[in-house]
Amino acid sequence: MASIPAGTLYRGKVGMWSWVLHRITGVGIFFFLLVHVLDTALVRISPEAYNVVIESYKTPIIGISELGLVGAIIFHGLNGLRVIAVDFWSKGTKYQSLMFWAVIVITVGIVAGFAPLHLARVFGE
Amino acid sequence: MAVIIETPNSPRTRKQANWEKYGWLFMRVSGPLLIVLIFTHLVANLVVGDGIKAIDFAFVAGKWADPFWQVWDFAMLWLAMIHGTNGMRTIVNDYVAKESLRKGLVTTLWAVGGLLVVLGSLVIFTFDPCPAGAAAELLPSFCPAS
Ligand code: HEM
Repeated sequence: MASIPAGTLYRGKVGMWSWVLHRITGVGIFFFLLVHVLDTALVRISPEAYNVVIESYKTPIIGISELGLVGAIIFHGLNGLRVIAVDFWSKGTKYQSLMFWAVIVITVGIVAGFAPLHLARVFGE
Repeated sequence: MAVIIETPNSPRTRKQANWEKYGWLFMRVSGPLLIVLIFTHLVANLVVGDGIKAIDFAFVAGKWADPFWQVWDFAMLWLAMIHGTNGMRTIVNDYVAKESLRKGLVTTLWAVGGLLVVLGSLVIFTFDPCPAGAAAELLPSFCPAS
């Protein structure tokens, strides 16, 4: 414990890591959104063009990645609410660490519930 | 490379509109709206019915035949693109020290964001669920048989 400088509430703790995760998931979702607007735009080209590209979303590797994407969106969204609570709620800073763990538990819970359903569709016939 | 802020608690003296503050507020207003918009989008497309297996041209056509989903997706497109682009701008501002490169990247972000918002909006509102000459089995069931 002696290696942690006195007075560091943020560095290396929940506050910092939640920010790192929020930033990484934000960038990831942004680049997915760019691709997603373009793949959806294929409906204006032809039904065939859209269907061919959207089929790739149902392949095993991309199907599994979608769980990561869904998890990233849920984490980013819920942690965004936590950031807003820290900014506007008088008790926000007091509970910021508890709220972070709540965000993690809810995110993992939702992804765990969604995964069997989604993977059965991706891998099943 | 210490940045020295002389009196960090002193009030803002510049008289122009405080765009940085509006950006900060926008992130916090669009965020909760995006939760509702995106979580519903995910449930409607990936959870109910056959989820991802059901997604194809006819599925999209079925949704956009209803103005409700057109408006829903339109709001989601605009809010998510502005929120995401503004968030990326913050990150560029944080890491890119060279001013000309920073300016170039931020300009590129808004150009790409603007282009995609316009493209996406056109797609939603000029969409034809029953394009002439398309194979009938790829189209939604409500299209007149040709
Ligand atoms: C699901 C609902 C969402 C909520 C509640 C939410 C909330 C937030 C909030 C409050 C911030 C500001 C953080 C700060 O100022 O410290 C933020 C930043 C950001 N968001 Fe979101 N967001 C959501 C969806 C999205 C989406 C869909 C994208 C991508 C298109 C995105 C990309 C970003 C990026 C890139 C940042 C900047 C991160 C940073 O500065 O470290 N967010 N989000």
